[in-house]
Amino acid sequence: MTANEPLIRADSVSRHFSLPQGEVLRAVDQVSLDIAAREILGLVGESGSGKTTFGKTLIGLLDKTAGEVWFKGEKLPARYTPKDFARFATRSQMIFQDPYSSLNPRMTVGEIIAEGPRLHDKASRAELKDLVADWLTRVGLHPDHASRYPHEFSGGQRQRIGIARALILEPEFVVCDEPISALDVSVQAQVVNLLGDLKASLGLTLLFIAHDLSMVRYVSDRMGVMYLGTLVELGNADDVFFEPKHPYTELLISANPEPDPKRERLRAHTTITGEIPSATGLGNACPFAGRCPKVMDVCRAERPSLRSVENRLVACHLFE
Amino acid sequence: MTRPLLEVEDLAVEFDTHGGTVKAVRGVSFALHEGQTLAVVGESGCGKSVCVQSLVGLVPMPPGRITSGSARLDGEQILGRETVGGMRVRGQLIGMIFQDPMTSLNPTMRIGDQIAEPLHMHQGMRRRDARMRAIELLELSQVGEAEKRSRQYPFEFSGGMLQRVMIACALACEPRILIADEPTTALDVTIQAQILSLMRDLQRERKMSLILITHDLGVVAQMADEVVVMYAGKVVETGSADDIFYASGHPYTQGLKSAMPQNQDRRAQQLEPIAGSPPDLFDPPTGCGYFERCPRAMQVCEAHQPPDFDLGKVQHRCACWLHDARATHDS
Repeated sequence: MTANEPLIRADSVSRHFSLPQGEVLRAVDQVSLDIAAREILGLVGESGSGKTTFGKTLIGLLDKTAGEVWFKGEKLPARYTPKDFARFATRSQMIFQDPYSSLNPRMTVGEIIAEGPRLHDKASRAELKDLVADWLTRVGLHPDHASRYPHEFSGGQRQRIGIARALILEPEFVVCDEPISALDVSVQAQVVNLLGDLKASLGLTLLFIAHDLSMVRYVSDRMGVMYLGTLVELGNADDVFFEPKHPYTELLISANPEPDPKRERLRAHTTITGEIPSATGLGNACPFAGRCPKVMDVCRAERPSLRSVENRLVACHLFE
Repeated sequence: MTRPLLEVEDLAVEFDTHGGTVKAVRGVSFALHEGQTLAVVGESGCGKSVCVQSLVGLVPMPPGRITSGSARLDGEQILGRETVGGMRVRGQLIGMIFQDPMTSLNPTMRIGDQIAEPLHMHQGMRRRDARMRAIELLELSQVGEAEKRSRQYPFEFSGGMLQRVMIACALACEPRILIADEPTTALDVTIQAQILSLMRDLQRERKMSLILITHDLGVVAQMADEVVVMYAGKVVETGSADDIFYASGHPYTQGLKSAMPQNQDRRAQQLEPIAGSPPDLFDPPTGCGYFERCPRAMQVCEAHQPPDFDLGKVQHRCACWLHDARATHDS
């Protein structure tokens, strides 16, 4: 791995699902991006834009329909075998959105956190106990909590358990799938700061998926915007947030309410119309053509490709 | 100021559970003025939903129990009553929409029939007319192809569309007050913006008053005239949106704000979480409920409940000992 090589490189990654009647749902369609080591890349977009599917294909939880993913210069298999999982699971992990359904209610917290290192023979029984206690402390819980069950914990505490479970294997890359959406505001800040501290102390690289734009801007170095399975904009998080270029990004950010009544009163509400359509039968049109306020004829005939515009990448005919 | 449309005073609600009695709402007072939007803010479990549900008789009793308080709509007591002056409190006087529209609608009934039912049952409208009115209400809530949609079932709608249906249902009997309990929490920001703007428009057209329960301060900033901040079953601060956002007097309100990212400029800001978690309401603290988490707690706070202090401006009140003349201001 050379100095400039990204930790993760996704090259035209697609994940399609076959539906009855021969239709194809293009959940992720030719997404290419790099994630540098120790970077936090934020990914935003409405539900159904393919953020989670993309995150899962990156770490092999879903097979790729097409395209390649490179991890530190090594090409990952299109479809993981159990052997591949044994090899890669210790290097890439995932933190899930729902801290209620992602923890097995019949396992103790200690068993949940210890499962990874136990399965991968990372530690002996005795070491495991200390390791779990250590991780419980690191995520702000108490070592005594190991013998309790998930239902005894609040949402924020459960999310800490999920973080400990993912990080105990000391992965290099972690996909955080909406890790704070289910939490209260005050607890969101606790979890985000915890992730930030752990990222710094462990040298982690994160893909941070969320739909809270302000939080993604706060957390991320760079921000990517997805719409109907395609990446429509990618750049420095502040640039994308404060000077969005793609019409979809513009609308997303204009819909994001700010905790500031004076600014809210002044704000021009350009409400986005319609809802995200199904990712089937898109043909060659720009996926956003149907809802775009700046749509042109070319948008319905030809899909724009991601190209470099000033300091970022944008997929829109307006910038050609 | 004119007399408020709705005046809630010293409302307290308890629940009997296997683990004991939960004191969910512990003496809440607030006022809602005609045509205004009142936002009720606070973390999960602070009693905001129970508080408004008790107004419209949605707190199951038992196990729930209203132990004290009054709620007057135009001077008439509504608490614990199903009808007032021949009008049903829930539906005709106060309409309500919830966070999860999917579980609030009957999955086996056509949308149009669900909206028409109360019109037929409670307002004595003929079935045919009620169905026509349902279509009008769907149009009002900006559901496209209203006639066709009225014959469909809830599963055929997206979350945002269902929330529009809920609004149509709630508006069917033209209530004076609409209570919206986390109406956009489950929705994408884009759809949230659509629903909020729909609620604003309908409110303006109908001079309806709105009680908006939310934990999203962005939504509060966009919608609210007045704000009630709740913590551990009590109101800790009330005031206009500007008072709450720019001159808040309670450490909890201030804590909520600094736990959220602000997007003033590109400067990096450090989020400051509120440490710890809310107190156990089986055995609520004798003093201030926020004492254990409060960065500015004083000795008096542990044992003595702070009274409401007037913060100089009209209707800006705050329950915190820091505003007592005897408090030392060393920070």
